[in-house]
Amino acid sequence: MIRMTAFAALLLASPALARDITVEAGADAQERLQTALLEAEPGDTVRIGAGRFELTDGLSLDVDGVTVRGAGPGQTVLSFRGQLGAGEGLLVTSDDVVLRDFAVEDSKGDGIKSKGADRIVYKNIRVEWTGGPRETNGAYGVYPVSSTTILVDGVTVKGASDAGIYVGQSEQIVVRNSLVSGNVAGIEIENSRHADVYGNTATHNTGGILVFDMPNLPRMDGGEVRVFKNQVIDNDQPNFAPKGNIVATVRRGTGVLIMANDNVQVFDNDLSGNATSNVMLVAYRQKFDDARYDPLPSHIEITANRHGRAGFAPELPGGAELAKAFGGSIPPILWDGTGDPATLHVGDQVPVLGMGLALGAPVETAKPALVTLTGATSARIDRVTLPAAMEAAAR
Amino acid sequence: MKTLIAAALLFGAVFLGRPAAVNDAAIVADGYPAHLSDYGFFADLAKRTPNARVTGYTLETPLFSDYAEKQRFLYLPAGAKAVYDADKALGLPIGAALIKTFGYRQNGAFRPLETRLLLHRARGWVAIPYVWNAAGTDADLRRAGTRIPVTFTDPSGETRSISYAVPNQNQCKDCHALDGRITPIGVKARYLNHAGQLEGLLAAGMLDRLPGDAPRVARWDDPRAPLGERARAYLEINCAHCHNRAGAASNSGLFLDWKQPDATARGIGKRPVAAGRGSGGRDFAIQPGDADASILIYRMESTEPGIAMPELGRATVHKEGVAMLRQWIDSLPAR
Repeated sequence: MIRMTAFAALLLASPALARDITVEAGADAQERLQTALLEAEPGDTVRIGAGRFELTDGLSLDVDGVTVRGAGPGQTVLSFRGQLGAGEGLLVTSDDVVLRDFAVEDSKGDGIKSKGADRIVYKNIRVEWTGGPRETNGAYGVYPVSSTTILVDGVTVKGASDAGIYVGQSEQIVVRNSLVSGNVAGIEIENSRHADVYGNTATHNTGGILVFDMPNLPRMDGGEVRVFKNQVIDNDQPNFAPKGNIVATVRRGTGVLIMANDNVQVFDNDLSGNATSNVMLVAYRQKFDDARYDPLPSHIEITANRHGRAGFAPELPGGAELAKAFGGSIPPILWDGTGDPATLHVGDQVPVLGMGLALGAPVETAKPALVTLTGATSARIDRVTLPAAMEAAAR
Repeated sequence: MKTLIAAALLFGAVFLGRPAAVNDAAIVADGYPAHLSDYGFFADLAKRTPNARVTGYTLETPLFSDYAEKQRFLYLPAGAKAVYDADKALGLPIGAALIKTFGYRQNGAFRPLETRLLLHRARGWVAIPYVWNAAGTDADLRRAGTRIPVTFTDPSGETRSISYAVPNQNQCKDCHALDGRITPIGVKARYLNHAGQLEGLLAAGMLDRLPGDAPRVARWDDPRAPLGERARAYLEINCAHCHNRAGAASNSGLFLDWKQPDATARGIGKRPVAAGRGSGGRDFAIQPGDADASILIYRMESTEPGIAMPELGRATVHKEGVAMLRQWIDSLPAR
């Protein structure tokens, strides 16, 4: 039931005119929806009607400048419960695409992946594994990668066995006003530069917001990341990531975790209820073979955050004893002891627990002690400014 | 007498409205012809008897696609030659086409399911899937792909019933794209350099040159070839179309092109980056000396979407291929 509006059909001869291609729920949803995504031309909108679309394979879009729009994340549901093939629910590989107002449920792999898709907008999207947190859920909910200029706005992701919102090997990124819950990692910015992460709520994940840099990838040198005005609260989900993945090492009750990045500012966030730590600052601690890679955190600023209860059940070796030694809770900010302290700055009015761990030393050799990190505050990181067309598409 | 037969054949072709030669316009014009017959690649489509300048070929080590049997043809327009390349795919001119029919033996006879075309147009290559009708007389355009239930007997004699997936056009591109542009995969000198195929093309004036040192991959199931070379050939043709620096899996950091010099990029001791449950609880893509601890084996032994690799055309596990890779990984010195 792909139909063009009468108006657009009349003017089909002129490809410059945007059309609406409408796809309603019903039989053969897979082929009808995929056909619409193939036949769309730049400027067109593929409108997905309200209802459940039972899909058997991954969908994909490879046309620039297409908007895919549903009737709302509660109304238009793309269900991949019966998926038989492909590594994600929806794959986008073209530029200037807007995805908004629909839900992807129970995809076997990732939810929505966009690769090499510049200036993509994810707006008012829900990605959910409806059985709750399970190791058999897909890895990433919203997964833009290897792209330039990304907006994730008002997105909800629940149940991802890796990260709810994962941005990898990209630059010029805004993740805002989104809700991530019941994932291993709520939001993860990995091997990426120039990211603003703000106005989000990360709750009941294993870890709330992760800023990582990993070795042996085409794009490294992660940094220039600002994490601000987020609610990072009660991240109490036991880690359910399959072993082997880096997030499988994230401790339950982690608020914000910064690993091996350069130039990160964490400010004006509400951080509480995170049983291991509100903010952790660490090196990449696994063995690696990559001369291009710097495993240490540097130029990190943690300022003006509001800290609630934290560190009350730290998932660390000897954590219970450690908490006891500090009167029931370890300090809300944890530093593994790596990196040049002259480039690390904590302005928050809370104590910092240093673990005194050299790079490569096992966690069991930690020498925990209170520390102060009063390194130089780096130059301000510029805010990420998106093209006006992207902001307009997200209104 | 021969002339008479030729005249009758020609007359027959005209009489039946079937083009006696390949329809070059269908290859290069924009759009997607509705039927495979529109191209005239075959003098007898139902038997896939090729027309002039349509040449069959095989790959020394092919992509595994659910045990499907494949018939491959290369079409070069009149006067055109393929340009030899020692590494990349042969250079094929605009107007060239690659025709690949997938099917299974049913009661001993080959039954085609789908034909995938790669057409070289002025704006680049396009990939288009066609699905055969039940009578096996023609195939119809199916841009969005489809699924076909099929039962067949695999080489070990096991009967298998699967939901065979015909890829949609984007999925064709997923595998065939290098830096976002569709590129042929199999027509590389090293995959064609056997059974006199390249010499045949040269002799027919369809290849510009053929150096004496043209490379050749090992046949993946040739017990006389070194195991490492069989593994490299198998991994390249099955994985490297995505797992290379310009491919769909460029962000994975796992690169399986046959000459990849970086051991970590080849998977040796490489940790996963976006594998999710595809890690199977293992730490490394390839754990030398321990196939059971290698993610690569775990994913190739799974048919579950989200875990299975390759992601497409893998409703079945390639038992024989995985057995060879297991043997190879187990043979690597542990570290």
